[in-house]
Amino acid sequence: MPVIFITDAFIFLLLAMVIGFVFYARRHEHLRAPWREVAKRPLAMSAAVVLLVYIVIGLLDSLHFHPALDEPDNQGNTVYSTEINSVLDLLLNDLRQNTERTYSAPLAAHAFAKEIIEQEDGTQVRDYPRLLYGGAYLNNPETERVPDILLRSFIGILMGVFIGSILLLLFVWLQAKRMQLNARNIFQRLIKDELDVPWYAILLTVSVLLIIFSIIFQLSGHYHVFGTDKVGQDILYQAVKSIRTGLVIGTLTTLVMLPFAIMMGLMAGYFRGWIDDVIQYLYTTLNSIPGVLLIAASILLLQVYIGKHEAEFTSLEQRADLRLLFLCIILGITSWTGLCRLLRAETLKLREVDYVQAAKAFGVGNFKIMMRHLLPNVMHIVMISIVLDFSGLVLAEAVLSYINIGVDPSMHSWGNMINGARLEMARDPVVWWSLAASFIFMFLLVLAANLFSDAVRDAFDPRLRGID
Amino acid sequence: MISYILRRILYAVPILIGVNVITFMLFFVVNTPDDMARMQLGMKRVTDEAILKWKEERGYNKPVVWNSEAQSFEKITNTIFFENSIKLFVFDFGRSDNGRDISYDISQRMWPSLAITVPSLLLGLFSYISFGLILAFFRGTYVDVSGVILCVIMMSISGLFYIIGGQYLIGKTLHLVPISGYDTGWEAIKFTILPVVVGLVGGIGASTRWYRTLFLEEMNKDYVRTARAKGLSETRVLYQHVFMNGLIPILTGVVVLLPTLFIGSLIIESFFAIPGLGSYTIDAINAQDFAIVRSMVFLGSVLYIIGLILTDISYTLVDPRVRLN
Repeated sequence: MPVIFITDAFIFLLLAMVIGFVFYARRHEHLRAPWREVAKRPLAMSAAVVLLVYIVIGLLDSLHFHPALDEPDNQGNTVYSTEINSVLDLLLNDLRQNTERTYSAPLAAHAFAKEIIEQEDGTQVRDYPRLLYGGAYLNNPETERVPDILLRSFIGILMGVFIGSILLLLFVWLQAKRMQLNARNIFQRLIKDELDVPWYAILLTVSVLLIIFSIIFQLSGHYHVFGTDKVGQDILYQAVKSIRTGLVIGTLTTLVMLPFAIMMGLMAGYFRGWIDDVIQYLYTTLNSIPGVLLIAASILLLQVYIGKHEAEFTSLEQRADLRLLFLCIILGITSWTGLCRLLRAETLKLREVDYVQAAKAFGVGNFKIMMRHLLPNVMHIVMISIVLDFSGLVLAEAVLSYINIGVDPSMHSWGNMINGARLEMARDPVVWWSLAASFIFMFLLVLAANLFSDAVRDAFDPRLRGID
Repeated sequence: MISYILRRILYAVPILIGVNVITFMLFFVVNTPDDMARMQLGMKRVTDEAILKWKEERGYNKPVVWNSEAQSFEKITNTIFFENSIKLFVFDFGRSDNGRDISYDISQRMWPSLAITVPSLLLGLFSYISFGLILAFFRGTYVDVSGVILCVIMMSISGLFYIIGGQYLIGKTLHLVPISGYDTGWEAIKFTILPVVVGLVGGIGASTRWYRTLFLEEMNKDYVRTARAKGLSETRVLYQHVFMNGLIPILTGVVVLLPTLFIGSLIIESFFAIPGLGSYTIDAINAQDFAIVRSMVFLGSVLYIIGLILTDISYTLVDPRVRLN
């Protein structure tokens, strides 16, 4: 039985908008040209592949439902569990359910701390107990574990290389058909980077990702690749589940603030006079309140609200989801001022341009002038600020969660993982894996976003042409 | 000049009133004192008398903006709005929800914050500008390309990891300086080293790249071409012409930061247990002490606005093209 969270609805709205924009941009040369520029950069295309993987995982995690229970009730109807799962949970079912009792190191077969174990003859010894799932099928982990891991990794690499080669062949075959050339010719062009898009970079990234995925796939069935946390949950599962939170914060915040920023910026620049004064006053005032404090105050308010209306929330997930949406809105309120100011400055310049003056002379309405003549000409600023803001927002989520004013503590997020891992660093020996996992996942996403946004900025910003 | 400054200051007044109204709405209207009391005393099992007592102790039992029972001026002054919001304008912050004098706390906690932020700013400016200049000087070469790549990589790492990594590496493994804490007098220096270094390293990526772009933009201007055309060496062009002109945006960018140095850095202070205003704020957020949060919001906005005014003034001083009107 499907469940739609508010943020899910927004995510799919955003997806629909992006698809719509793609179709629109395909038919307009001035929008296509900068994107073609982006597509020519190998680094940007590799980053795009990584981003796409994250987005697919995030989307899979946004399809929520109540799973059906195995046993129907006495009238034969299917009974649904109160639990809410996503399609991603279904795919990662093993990871989700194979929980240990407490900490265990990555790829370990034994627990992290000593416990008293009762042996078969009734005596008790203090030793590291075997894990319930990690390497559980090995008879003698001390000798078998390392060869087993190596063997599985090797199989994983082979599998990755195999799928990668199939993709390569498929690609060469398709291109050969499209360009009416023989396969060898295409292959040479691919390696020498003579195709219209740097496909070698894309294929290389895809292959590397495939190899990593197949190694993890091979290992994760029998081990905890990134170890387990205090309550024994698999760290890899947590890190993957956190992807959705990061993406939601990075994209929905912008989506929420965009209409305000665009409307206000255009109006201030176009009408000038008292409208300009009011809007300037508004954003200077909002800007002068320290962002973190505004967020903190609002989150405190939300907590009070939730406390008062506890009955309205049917599940913990829904509560966490509302908080996530609220956080996006607040982050949007604190961050729309920058874009608004840029748009205002640009509109001030544009309103004096001939075609706007001509439109005015022909008696075109103000709203129509803003929509048809001003908006398309400031879109590059909007585009640049969307992609530039994304990585900053993902990083901000971690910091906010650390001071407990970020997402709900029950929600999977990198910030919450880091926050939890903070105290574990003081343990001896150090529990480093949960920190490492969140670091790797976050770093990859933010790095890819930064590289991609650089390319977008260079392609869209006419001012920067010729500098780098 | 003086009339210009006066005008700028007068312009700040409505903004401060706006900030004040927003914070008042957030803390007293959207979220009534009853809610606050309930939150402080525990959500469920709390009696009405306990709430009343809590409100009375903190003066939240008065009417919100208009006291119809009081005499003459008291009608306005004896209200929550006057007591808690208007008084902020004369920096009378009142008492925190657990009874401490906020003004005293702020005056005490300001110094540790400054001990971290001032060295961070100075060292940061020096090193980031140097790195930026070096990359700009070597533009287009491998030094520049690898430098920019390194910057992007460093930018992509969350600040939290720099802090945790620095604490672990320098404090715990190498035992060079204490991991966290603070002391009075000169002893404090050894506690400030790690936060300053961590803050510095964490900012390298974004700042170096920013300064590099700034200098490169400056290098594309006409006067640079003229300087080169008359035969000046590249070093001289870079250090005498580009650097000097690049200083204008840098200086004005720094001036806006100066007042906010008092507030300190929230994250660094709470990680390193520095008893400054940043950790004061975080503690208040965690303890849900609305009085402190409210005061800090106001103080933060005042400092930000002072920064804006200083920026405008410094523009007119540094750049003769900017006219006072």
